This record gives sequence, C-alpha cells and structure tokens, in this order.
Amino acid sequence: SCGDKQEWKDKGHAASLCLVPVSLCPPTSLSWCRGSAWTQLQGLKSSSLLLFSGPEIHFILLFSRQGKLRLQKWYTTLPEKEKKKITREIVQIILARNQKTSSFVDWKDLKLVYKRYASLYFCCAIEDQDNELLTLEVVHRYVELLDRYFGNVCELDIIFNFEKAYFILDEFIMGGEVQETSKKSAVKAMEDSDMLQETVEEYMNKPAF
Amino acid sequence: MALKMVKGSIDRMFDKNLQDLVRGIRNHKEDEAKYISQCIDEIKQELKQDNIAVKANAVCKLTYLQMLGYDISWAAFNIIEVMSASKFTFKRIGYLAASQCFHEGTDVIMLTTNQIRKDLSSPNQYDTGVALTGLSCFVTPDLARDLANDIMTLMSHTKPYIRKKAVLIMYKVFLKYPESLRPAFPRLKEKLEDPDPGVQSAAVNVICELARRNPKNYLSLAPLFFKLMTSSTNNWVLIKIIKLFGALTPLEPRLGKKLIEPLTNLIHRYVTTNTALFIQHCASIQLCVQKLRILIEDSDQNLKYLGLLAMSKILKTHPKSVQSHKDLILQCLDDKDESIRLRALDLLYGMVSKKNLMEIVKKLMIHVDKAEGTTYRDELLTKIIDICSQSNYQYITNFEWYISILVELTRLEGTRHGHLIAAQMLDVAIRVKAIRKFAVSQMAMLLDNAHLIASNTQRNGICEVLYAAAWICGEFSEHLEEANQTLEAMLRPKVTTLPGHIQAVYVQNMVKLYASILQQKEQSGEKEAAQEITQLMIERLPQFVQSADLEVQERASCILQLIKYIQKLQIKEVPVAEEVIALFAGELNPVAPKAQKKVPVPEGLDLDAWINEPPSDSESEDEKPKTIFHDEEQRHSRHKQPEIDEEELARRREARKQEQANNPFYIKSSPSPQKRYQDTPGVEHIPVVQIDLSVPLKVPGMPMSDQYVKLEEERRHKQKLEKDKKKKKQKKEKRGKHHRHNSLHTESEEDIAPAHHVDIITEEMPENALPSDEDDKDSNDPYKALDIDLDKPLADSEKLPVQRHRNAEDLKSPDSEAPLAEKKSKKPKKKEKKHKEKERDKGKKKEKEKKVVEEEEEKKKSSKHKKKKHKKEKEEKSKDKKKSKKKHHHSEEETTESVQNGTLDDEPLPVSSSALATLTYDIQGNLQNDSQVTVSVIFENKSTSFLKSMELNVLDSLNTKMIRPEGSSVHDGIPVPFQLPPGMTSFVLSSLICACSVGGGGTSSCCLGNDEGSTHEKLDFKLHFSCASYLITTPCYSDAFAKLLESGDLHMSSIKVDGISISFQHLLAKICFHHHFSVVERVDSCASMYSRSIQGHHVCLLVKKGENSVSVDGKCSDSTLLSNLLDEMKETLSKC
Repeated sequence: SCGDKQEWKDKGHAASLCLVPVSLCPPTSLSWCRGSAWTQLQGLKSSSLLLFSGPEIHFILLFSRQGKLRLQKWYTTLPEKEKKKITREIVQIILARNQKTSSFVDWKDLKLVYKRYASLYFCCAIEDQDNELLTLEVVHRYVELLDRYFGNVCELDIIFNFEKAYFILDEFIMGGEVQETSKKSAVKAMEDSDMLQETVEEYMNKPAF
Repeated sequence: MALKMVKGSIDRMFDKNLQDLVRGIRNHKEDEAKYISQCIDEIKQELKQDNIAVKANAVCKLTYLQMLGYDISWAAFNIIEVMSASKFTFKRIGYLAASQCFHEGTDVIMLTTNQIRKDLSSPNQYDTGVALTGLSCFVTPDLARDLANDIMTLMSHTKPYIRKKAVLIMYKVFLKYPESLRPAFPRLKEKLEDPDPGVQSAAVNVICELARRNPKNYLSLAPLFFKLMTSSTNNWVLIKIIKLFGALTPLEPRLGKKLIEPLTNLIHRYVTTNTALFIQHCASIQLCVQKLRILIEDSDQNLKYLGLLAMSKILKTHPKSVQSHKDLILQCLDDKDESIRLRALDLLYGMVSKKNLMEIVKKLMIHVDKAEGTTYRDELLTKIIDICSQSNYQYITNFEWYISILVELTRLEGTRHGHLIAAQMLDVAIRVKAIRKFAVSQMAMLLDNAHLIASNTQRNGICEVLYAAAWICGEFSEHLEEANQTLEAMLRPKVTTLPGHIQAVYVQNMVKLYASILQQKEQSGEKEAAQEITQLMIERLPQFVQSADLEVQERASCILQLIKYIQKLQIKEVPVAEEVIALFAGELNPVAPKAQKKVPVPEGLDLDAWINEPPSDSESEDEKPKTIFHDEEQRHSRHKQPEIDEEELARRREARKQEQANNPFYIKSSPSPQKRYQDTPGVEHIPVVQIDLSVPLKVPGMPMSDQYVKLEEERRHKQKLEKDKKKKKQKKEKRGKHHRHNSLHTESEEDIAPAHHVDIITEEMPENALPSDEDDKDSNDPYKALDIDLDKPLADSEKLPVQRHRNAEDLKSPDSEAPLAEKKSKKPKKKEKKHKEKERDKGKKKEKEKKVVEEEEEKKKSSKHKKKKHKKEKEEKSKDKKKSKKKHHHSEEETTESVQNGTLDDEPLPVSSSALATLTYDIQGNLQNDSQVTVSVIFENKSTSFLKSMELNVLDSLNTKMIRPEGSSVHDGIPVPFQLPPGMTSFVLSSLICACSVGGGGTSSCCLGNDEGSTHEKLDFKLHFSCASYLITTPCYSDAFAKLLESGDLHMSSIKVDGISISFQHLLAKICFHHHFSVVERVDSCASMYSRSIQGHHVCLLVKKGENSVSVDGKCSDSTLLSNLLDEMKETLSKC
C-alpha cells in the first residue's frame, strides 16, 4: 500500500497571493404594502448565518481511497454526531469526483480543498474568502513534514503512528492557523519532543524490578 | 510497593499497544465491531490500573478508536488523569486525546483548568507547548476567562516556540472571551515586531483574522503592516498582510494608492513562477485579465478554477474588462467539473447587461435542461433568478420574457426552490403594473395545469408556485380573461391534496375571483349567471371546510357562511357585488427594503422606558420592546404617501401607444378574441401573444420565452431605427460632422429602453423617514463581539481576571485562616491543593500610544540613531543588572538606596488609593547605572489590619522594564518583603526600572496586590516618567560649567513664566526638587543650574527672576530633552 512514492513528492506550488473577495450581494429583499397599512407581507430575509465560525482552516481530514478515515482534526467545535455526518458526506463527495477535476469543491458555506497523494486524500475545509492555493500549499507542506519525519512516508506510517501524525500536524497548524512556516523548525520541535519522550520510554521499558 | 511495580511491568508486557490494536483491527476485517468492543473492554480494565503508563497506553488506543468513530467520551476523566501525568510522554497522549474528543459540552473540562495552568507555567517548553496546542482545540469561555492572563503572559515567554503558540491561541481566547481583547492587544501588537519570524507570522495571522472581521478598528495598524509588507520575505506572512489590506482598503481609499508599488513588486516576483494570481490595484487590469484568460484556458483544472475565481474579483472593480471574455466563461459552463461551473456562474452574475441578459439566460436555461444532479440544477435556478432580479430588475427590458422564463422554470421537478420562483412571480406582478395582465393570464394557465406541477405534492417544492399563481389570479382578477374557468380550476377536488398554506391562499383568493365575477355579471345584468357562480362556491367550498389544516378550515367555513349570506341577498335581488368587492379594496404598493427601520420614533416616546415593570428574568425580555415598536410603526404609518408616478406613467403610456401605433414591426394584439384589451387602461401596449389556455405548458418546437426574445429583438430594432431616424435628422441639421459610431451596429446600454415601467423607484417610505445608512450587522455574528475599539485606554474594569492562590507564606501569618475569595468555586479543592503557585499579579494596564501615525514617523526620524544606541545599551545593562541582582535578592537594600537619594521628604506624588492603602511614588535616576531609574513607592496602610503578601508589578513596555530577581518570568511581580501593620505606618520600597528612552515623558503602569486575609485588592497606578525622572542631581563647579557653555555644541531654548510671587530662593528649591537640578552659582535674582541625564546629556539652566516673572534659558546637548524639560518646568513654575 506504500504505492507510488514519487507521487508524494508532488510538484509544489509556490505560495500565491489572492485578495479577499466581497461575497456576492444577495438579491434585495422586498416587501409590499396594501393601501395605508404598513404590514410587511414578506419579512426581511435574515442574512444566512454562517454554518461555522472560526479560523482559517475549519478541519482537516485524511482518508484513504476506500473512504477510511486516517486522521481528523477539527478546529471548530462541533458535536461528535455532526462531525461524523460531515465526514461521511465529505468523503463521499470527494471520492465521487473525477481524478482530473480541480481540487476545490464548494460545500455548504465552506470550500473544500483536497489533494490526493498516493492512496491518501488530504482535505481541508476553508471559508469562502480564504485562499485555495495557499491551502493546497498547507496540505503539501504537511505532506512534506510527514515525509521528512517518517522518511518516505506511506499510508501505513500514518496508520501505525497516527499519534505522531497528529503531533506533526500540531506543530504545523494550531487552532486552524499555520503556526510554523519553517519546515526546519517544525521538524526540530518534533524531534526535540521525541527525544524527551524516547528517554522516558527507555526508562519505562527497563524492567521495573 | 515493589510488588506492585513488578506487577505493573508484567501487566505492561501483556498489554496490547497501539500497533497491536491497529494490526488486530486490520486482521479482523470481518468482525471488526466485535473485535473492537472486545478491545474496549480490555481498555476499560487497563484504565482501572494505577500505573500511569498503562493508562496512557489505553488512552492512546482510545484516541485511535475515536477516529474510527467510536464514542470515548466516557473516558474523559481518564484522559484528564493522563494529561496530568508528570512525564511528557504521557502528558502528550493525554492532551492529544483531549484535543480530539473534548468540546464545550464536556463537563469534566473545568477540572482541567488548574492542570493546564500548571503545564503552561512548566519549565519544560514542550509541556507548555503541548498544553497550548491542546487548549486551542477545546478552549471554552470558562477556560478562556480563567487562563487568558496566563496565556497573555506566555506571549512574552523567552522561548519563541512558546511565544508563537501563545500568540496563536490568543485568537481563540478572544473569540471565547472577547473582554480579553483590549487588555491583550498592546502585547499582541508588540509581537508584530518580534525578532522571531515564527512569532511575527503568528501575530500577523491573529491580527489579520481579527481585522478582517472588524477592519475599522485596525486601520491604525496600517503603517505597521505596510512596513512589514515591504520588509518581510515570508510568503505566508505576505499573503496574510495582503489579505488584511484587502479588508482595510475599502475603508481607507488612500491605502490603495500606497499599495500599488509594493504590490507590483510582489507581482513581478511571483508572476514569473506563473502561479501567483494578483489582482486588485494592479496597474494594468487588462494585462491581468489577459493572464487570467490564459489560466482559464489551461488544461489544469486547478488553474482554471483559480483563474475564474480571480476573474470574479476583478469583475467587481472592472466589469468592462471581464465582460469581453463572456465566450470563455460560457464555455466553462460546459466543464465537467462542477466546481468550475459554479465559479463560472458566479461570474455570469456580474457580467449581465441589458443587452446580453436574454442571451445569457437562454444559455443557462439550456443548461438547466441538461443538468444532471439536482444540486447543480438548483444552483442554476437560483443563479438565473439572482441574475435577473439583481438591482431591482435593472437589466430586464422585457417582463413578459421574464415571466415566461419563470413559468418555464416551474417545469423543473424536484427542485427545492419553488418558493424562490413564487416570490419572483409575486414580486414582478406587484411591482410591474403593466405586466399584471400578462402575468395573470400565465398564472391562470398554471392553475389550470396544476396537476402537472403538483403531481406528487408532499416532496415537491415546485408546487409553491401555485401559491403565487393563486394569489396573483385572485388579487388581479380584474385582468383575468376566463375568470370562471380559473375559479373552477381552483375549486377542483385535487386542490385539497396541496400543502395547507397553499390551500389557504386558494380559499382566500377564490373569493376575490368570485367577487370580481359577481361584479361583472351584475353589471351586465346576468343575474342567473351570478347566482350560478354563487351556487358553485357553496357546492365546492365544503371540501375545504373539512380540511385538516386549521387555517384552511377556518377561512373556508368563514367564507362559506359569507357566500350563503350573499346567496340569500341574491334571491332577494339585492345587488351585492360592490360590497363584496369592498372586502378586498386597496392597491398594493411596494415598500423600500429599509422602510420599516426608518420609521421615526414619535416625539415624546422613549422606547427604552418600561411601560410596565420589567418582567422577571425567566420571561424573555426582548419581546416586549419589540411589540411596542411595532405598534408605533403601524400607527404612525397611517399617513399614506400619495402616488406620485400616476400622471407621469399615464403620459409615458400615451407616448408609447403613439409610437407603437406607428410601428409596422410591432405586433399588435389581434382584435377578435381579446377585444377588451383595448379598453383596459395601462396594458394595451403589451404585446401579448395569444395563448390557448387548453394547450399544455410545453409549447412544441420553441420554448415560450424564446418568442419573447424575438419580440424583444424586434422591439429593440424598432427603437433603434427610430433613434437613427432622429439622428439622421440631426445630422442633416449639423452638416459636415460625421460620427462614425452612428453607423456601428451595436447598441449601447442606455439605448435599450425597458418595455415596462418597473414600479420600484417610487418605493414607499414612511413619512419623516430617518436618513440612516448604517449597515445592519447580523446580531448573531460571532465576530461582532470582537468589534471593539482598541484605541481607547483601558479601564480598570477591563482587566483580565487573575486567578489567585493561597501563598505558601500566607500560612505563617495569623489571619491566614480566613478563606480566600476564590473566583471559581466550581473547582474541586483537591486540585487546588496541588498547586501552590505563586500569586501572580498582572497589571494589564498599558497606556496605549495614541500617537497619530504622522507624529510617530516624525519622532522616529529624529530619534532613530539614538534608539539604536539605547537598545544596545539596554541589553548590556540588563545583563549587568542580572549579575548584581544575584547578590542581593531582597529589595530592602534598594530601599535604603532610594532613601539616600533623599527626595522623598517633601511631597511625593500620590497615585492610587483605596480603603486599604495609599500608594505614592517617586522616580529617580540611578547613579550607579545610567540606563536605570529607581522608583520608590510608599505604602500607607489605612485599614485596621495587617497588609500581607503585597506584590509590586510593572507591566513591561517597549521602553521600560522592571528588573526582576533572576529566574522569575517577565510577568512575575516582586513580592514586597514586609507586612504593613495596621494604622498609619508607612514603609518605603523601591525597585529598579531599566529605561531605555530619555527625553519625552513616557507612562507606564504598575499594580500592586494587597492581600489581607479574606480580602485582596489590586491597586493600579501609572508611573509617569517625566524628564526629571531621567535627570540625576549632579553637582557642578562654575568653571566646568562655563567651559561646557563655551563648547558651543549645546542646543538652546528658553521659556518665560509670568505671575510668580514666591521668593527666588523658594523657586530654586522647587526646581532642584522637582527637576533634579543643582545650583551652580547664584547672583542676586539670577542663578545658573546644572543637571545630567542618565544618558549623560548635560543640561544647563540660567534662571532669572524679574518683577513678577521668571525666565529660564536652557542649554542641553539633546534638543528634545531640553524642550520637553522646559515644558515640564513651565508647568511646575506656573503652579507657584
């Protein structure tokens, strides 16, 4: 299942620049009155609430071609049930998409940005105003970090060391925002904390008697 | 004990670790669920053990299972246990599990507060890091409030690793606890200039996110970001900054111009790699669009998508340059990728014009037919409606066409947007008076074919259009051709299968129809026909009376009785029609969208005043004021506005009629079957095509709307011909001038006059409407809470809550048994005991620099080189200080030091006082260390008991920093090394502050924690750094003084103060005391004085006393210092 390794080293996009779009104006809300009676026949449309409110990246999902979830990180708090529902829906949407389509899908109020690396799909949900290319870059950077940490990472690495995959993600993104733009620093932080852990593990592996 | 350990490690050997679990799950593909439930049972056993390693392993496995979709909330407490393990390995797993499964509803989450606080202050940066990361996932309003202060402290941690995480998590804290924004913002702003790029980028991230929700509060940061943008090389940061500017430029147009240059530079840097899409403020939009076209034509779908996206951004500012690429965008509608099609649709919305609307909509209609998924089809439908209805139907020139488009859309089965179509039908019919006749005929046809539309009513949203159809037919029944037929259609038994609200409209409107038929028949004297129709109603209405829907039932039975009564009257041959019609009298007038909001509040009405006593808390409070407002509104609005447009409309109609009559291309309504067309005023000019009502909706061959496209084309052609004629005439008059463009075959937008008057310009507004444009923000917007003015100085009440803990030292004092007032009583005592953290007091107060941008820049220029120098100095000095600090840890020694300085005997500045204590302070330059000043503080105990465990803290600012004992963090306060006995005893304490700026007065703030048994209190005071604070009284001999004056490199300035009555002697004493000068020489009423700043600048003064005035001439090696000093001196003297 390690698959074609070269695909992991996908050609990276240099981070690109996009400005915030002003969302398209909704059609004006209308009302009428009869004679002199000021009754609104049709209430003003309440502006649609954002389904989510939160940071740049709302959540990140990793799933296999078979639709198995490999990693999930939510930067917006949602009830567990809702998360499951959303995950199922998104996995379906993305797996149904043709290989040659674009990496962006509108989904509810959000945009999904995904990319397939070998057998794994990496998917981020961002807000309408956020930059798709940048998000692709985030995904790619995460893959690079995994790659550097595990050394030629494959799906199995992530399955068996899923907690490490989370730790790396936590070093890279926090609360939905990119926290470390330097690959070096992120990997170093990982290694340093692993060092700390290794010594403890060694200690634990020693027979206690 | 040993045995237990042995047991523990043996257990460990038999436990499954995570790898085993994963392998196991993979090997049990058939009975995965069973295997996992078995594993969960094992995990439950493991969690019961004391060994933390076993527990951590179990929690790790649970985290994996959670990802697979298993509920692990039952283990929340165990997760907390693992979180509080002392070993990093376990702690890490605990926090990971918590971040994956804790949420606001997790009740045990409040147990974590103290643990998290402890981890945050851990000496190990990775402990802190892991706690911050975890917290970012599950922070709740409670946690945010309790930990805000701790996290803010971490923003100035020595390790950039912690700083950057703390800065990022602050954003989450702001969202959950908006009150923390103002106190924390100054420090956040400082982080924009952090030496570590990671921290800087984190700060940029947070501020950008904040700013894009409430940009106006962050305009003052624009210069800072501008600087960052030109200096930063980090792409991630640059993108964020540009995004921020995107939010700021609409508010400050001047920014746009300023941005052009740096942005163009950026483009040049990135366009070469062909991935950058840069758009706004681009010097050459046309070039940009060309580049985008290349992207859109690219085979890479991502580039295509991004090209379209960028195009839509240009569209907003430069619609013309995009409109020329219509072909390309329409082509994208055929793309296989739905995402791309949707983006193309977005673009179309902005690209339509009067000229191309019909063509574009026609294309879209074809796509509607072809569309496969319902979601995309629905999207198309809403887009068509959006496109057509935008800006009050600005682009629609022919409303027959639009109505027929809407009717065609009703053929869409299974769409969710029936109500949208219905709303459009209603709106157009009401607002475009001229179209009513046509609309009514179309709606009657819909009603007649209701069975086609509402085939399976329950799940079919399209039947909503029947709601509109029934209402329009009823309301405008006077336009109806075959009213009888329509009435019968509405009375069909099948109608009872429609949803209740639609039936209700049916019932109500069939009476309107009935009324108009009745009137017709009575007028033409057909009494029998009138009675027939009444009979029909009486026969058919009972089916609605039996309806299960209350609304339908009620209306129907009411109406049934009414009609029975009418029947009685009819038998008596009483004419009733007029009265029945009167039931529905009145014209509908359009109301402006904001009209209701603009109803002025009548004089003397106080909407905030209670009419009744305020209801108890249990009642919902927001309802009452609302109803009050409503009543007022309605009462007020009774004064109606006259219709201004009637005359004007009539005139236009007349003109149009004339025009049409003379037009050979115009299709006139055929006279035979619809004779009454000519008689009805206002509609005769509508080129209605006869529609045989018995023909089903689908007209074979050509869809209906196409006919109108043709008609419209003809109309336009005619219009143009006429214009050309006029122009030719004009040309003949003006000979010699040949305008080429006259012969061009394209029409400009303005040339196309709409066929109908849209009744929208005359939207009604209440009388005395209040002129208000304030955009109504959604009150539910989660970011609204963060719309906070950040430039206002902090008020005391805004300080972050500080979690206090009992001090270890407390136990020694006699009064300490009294319980501390704890902020949060929820916390279990068990946890509290664990952490005898040092009480920390954080003065959050920091005077915001309110300097206007320009001023700031000026100052920078003048003091640039100086600042650099000072920075270096400061670094060195603080090192020195640290060394010396090691020796004397207690501040008593400093106390004596400040006493030696001997300036506290006169009248120190009182700064802050409360019932407990009064604080006064004085600032002195430090003789030994010339970049430091000493602050002496006098504590005066005004209460009757001991004041214990006092703490002094100064919030570090850019310019000042408190020197703390080695090893304490930057936010720790310095404990006051004594207790104050009750009564009026006063003590002196001093601490050192390293200052790196000299000259202008700076302010800092400082706070003190007084802890007195049961009560604790914080006293805030501001340290005002006057110039005198930086001056050191230095004796000087007269010859040295003379040499100094002769040297000539001193700046000079002078002041004069009038109205001074005190003696010269006294005056000199004042200057010496307040401004730290020493007298060099004194001759009669003239004296020379000298002082030196801690930076080594010399200050010489010549003070002369006249009759009633004093003049001071000053010379100094630093001009700013001198001018500031003289200003201060003027103030002191004028008080004399």
